[in-house]
Amino acid sequence: MSSSTEAATDHGEHPYRGDDAHGGEHGHHGPKWLAHHFDTPVQQYDAAKLGMWAFLIQELLFFSGLFVAYGVYRSWHPEMFQQASHQLDKIMGGCNTIVLLFSSLTAALAVRSSQVGNRNATSRYLIITILCACTFLVIKYFEYSHKFHTGLLPGRFFHPHDLHGGATLPTNAHQFFSIYFLTTGVHGLHVAVGIGVLIWILRRNLRGDFSKEYFTPVDLAALYWHLVDLVWIYLFPLLYLI
Amino acid sequence: MASVVTSPAHGHSDHGENVNYLIAKRGLMSWIYTLDHKRIGVMYLIAVTASFLLGGIFALLVRAELFTAGRTIMDADTYNHMFSLHGVVMVFLFIIPSIPAAMGNIILPVQLGTKDVAFPRLNLLSFYIYVFGACFGVYSMVHGGVDTGWTFYVPYSSSDPALGGVGTASSVLPMTFAAFIMGFSSILTGVNFIATVHKMRAPGMTWRRMPLFIWALYATSIIQVLATPVLAITLVLLMAERFLSLGIFDPRLGGDPVLYQHFFWFYSHPAVYIMIVPGMGVVSEIIATFARRSIVGYMFVAMSSLGLALVGFLVWGHHLFVAGQSEYAVMVFSALTFLVAIPSGVKVFNWVATLYRGSISFESPMLWALSFLFMFTIGGLTGLFLGMVAVDVHLHDTYFVVAHFHYVMVGGTVMAFVGGLHYWWPKITGKMYEERPAKIGWALVFIGFNQTFITQFVLGSRGMPRRYYDYLPEFQQIHQLSTIGSWILGAGFLVLMFNFLGSLLKGKRAPRNPWGSCALEWQTTSPPPLYNFVHDPVVTRGPYDYHLATEEELSTGWDEIKDDHK
Repeated sequence: MSSSTEAATDHGEHPYRGDDAHGGEHGHHGPKWLAHHFDTPVQQYDAAKLGMWAFLIQELLFFSGLFVAYGVYRSWHPEMFQQASHQLDKIMGGCNTIVLLFSSLTAALAVRSSQVGNRNATSRYLIITILCACTFLVIKYFEYSHKFHTGLLPGRFFHPHDLHGGATLPTNAHQFFSIYFLTTGVHGLHVAVGIGVLIWILRRNLRGDFSKEYFTPVDLAALYWHLVDLVWIYLFPLLYLI
Repeated sequence: MASVVTSPAHGHSDHGENVNYLIAKRGLMSWIYTLDHKRIGVMYLIAVTASFLLGGIFALLVRAELFTAGRTIMDADTYNHMFSLHGVVMVFLFIIPSIPAAMGNIILPVQLGTKDVAFPRLNLLSFYIYVFGACFGVYSMVHGGVDTGWTFYVPYSSSDPALGGVGTASSVLPMTFAAFIMGFSSILTGVNFIATVHKMRAPGMTWRRMPLFIWALYATSIIQVLATPVLAITLVLLMAERFLSLGIFDPRLGGDPVLYQHFFWFYSHPAVYIMIVPGMGVVSEIIATFARRSIVGYMFVAMSSLGLALVGFLVWGHHLFVAGQSEYAVMVFSALTFLVAIPSGVKVFNWVATLYRGSISFESPMLWALSFLFMFTIGGLTGLFLGMVAVDVHLHDTYFVVAHFHYVMVGGTVMAFVGGLHYWWPKITGKMYEERPAKIGWALVFIGFNQTFITQFVLGSRGMPRRYYDYLPEFQQIHQLSTIGSWILGAGFLVLMFNFLGSLLKGKRAPRNPWGSCALEWQTTSPPPLYNFVHDPVVTRGPYDYHLATEEELSTGWDEIKDDHK
């Protein structure tokens, strides 16, 4: 990831340094991707980046409720959580973790190649990221459908049968699967949204919207994608491993 | 603020952008697709005012029903719906977007000296998300409404009789979904304002020169971004609980209803500061202008906004004193609750100190600001009663609580909102209003409000529980006093509404600076041009530096001559 200071040197002067910079630079005379209400590209870049970070903070707090629910119920019923988590497929979960981690790398590489103006590489990395994201959802689909078959469903739909290893679950295990489906479901929704965003970024990249001077949307989309990855990195051990 | 860049290439005059924003573009579509923060703010203003009217009607109906013990005009079920809808509409549709989204949108970029907020499209999106959410709210109201109270407490809200539950059959799902959606509108506005304040300030607009309204909106935005997503996920859990019987909140399924209250108040207590902190910002602006001097302890007032934002996150447990929370948690939350009094007190004392030896004039905005001071102080101090555990056990869920938060929300926020509306009305619409009916309206609201709610302190301290349909005969007289107060209050708002409508139809043209303020937003035309200033401003002093302002700035604003040929 490029830091904003790095970008500032890329883009030239700070907008508010001296009257000359102010009087000379104006939105109407800038490049076409510079929105009318910004004075300089660096101002636009900084604002967008800060806005994205603020948005990511709210994403984190959005998930926090689910993590707290997990923590509370785990502390109340540790044995039930342990037994129920054995019903999750560690192999598939592990594969998904690797897939998602790899996609985060390619997302970061997409930003890098966009920063140095290598449009083809950017497209390539974006496509790999999108494919990884789709793989994640496909694996998730197989996991979910297995749970559906064995009745390991949230709340009132919880009717376990033919469990892995002939195990029997405590009656309150529906709470674990409620939390499992909500957390992974909300996360999966974020993955799906991420795919949409990345496809849009890919389209814009193919159209030639981005350059060494203007790569903000690639950067922001990658930031979002890292958050989706980060949430999963916590979900995987909490739900599958411990 | 004293100097203007006059480079010819720099003005917007070549682009026809000096026409005021209301008529810069014409036609309905130019409003629907507008990216101009002022127009978006005006659309918000219309939406929240309509919501206020709707919520107000619900409130009047609730008060009318309580006029006599037993049935007066509606049955108990309808009554439960009425007070729930009053709460939901007033909280989610009116008060949360009122000052930040409506007034803040219009004023914030002008006060910062910038052309627009950082993300104009996001701004428009958050307005439409609000409208979309409001549609769900209205849908829920037509399809049975809700009778859970605005807090949607579980298990009553989450246990659906259609699925064998014992809770409410009313349409909780669409209403909670509405609140969920509107939450995102609030979050996006917060994100937008944070980026705007950080990155869009005019040259010379340092943090120490920012108007206190901006500081307040900045603190509010932080709360919006940090607290609202927690409500969002809580409502997702609630909807899932009702639909899937998750067993997270419903005790019949092994869930914990107190956990819901923790989640809910983790948002909803900070949300109280989303409601009141912007109001405090408005009051700081009005008091400085009408006392005609700089705010005493500017940095303290600014920091106390951030202080409230911080402390607001640590006190949610005081809503759960009698809900089965551990007694150690109760003690800690009680102690933390007292901390809220410090930043609030800092503000009140600094405002009073600002008034001392100021050249005070009593135009209508000032009347609202002064009544804010008076009533917010009552609301704040009675909050301390409730923060004290021993007293709260007696007063919890009584009319004392109702009176307390109405003194903060109405006596505080609504006073500031209406005061701000009077203060910035000339800037927003370019029209003046009649001063006399404005003052009559203010007097009616002030008297009516106090009559409605002082009586409720008495009711509550004598043990009248909130939300009850029926009551003991000895409460009837006080209830009637309160209801009559609500009619005076309603009449006051009607007077104000007609005054504003009259101003729109036949008001005198507003000058740039009708109040003689030295703040930045009064230096541009009324209403401002599309990009807020004819020439991008360069700020050289603070917004309350009356001793540094030129005679011209205090009367006619900037460059009157330069652009008046337009």
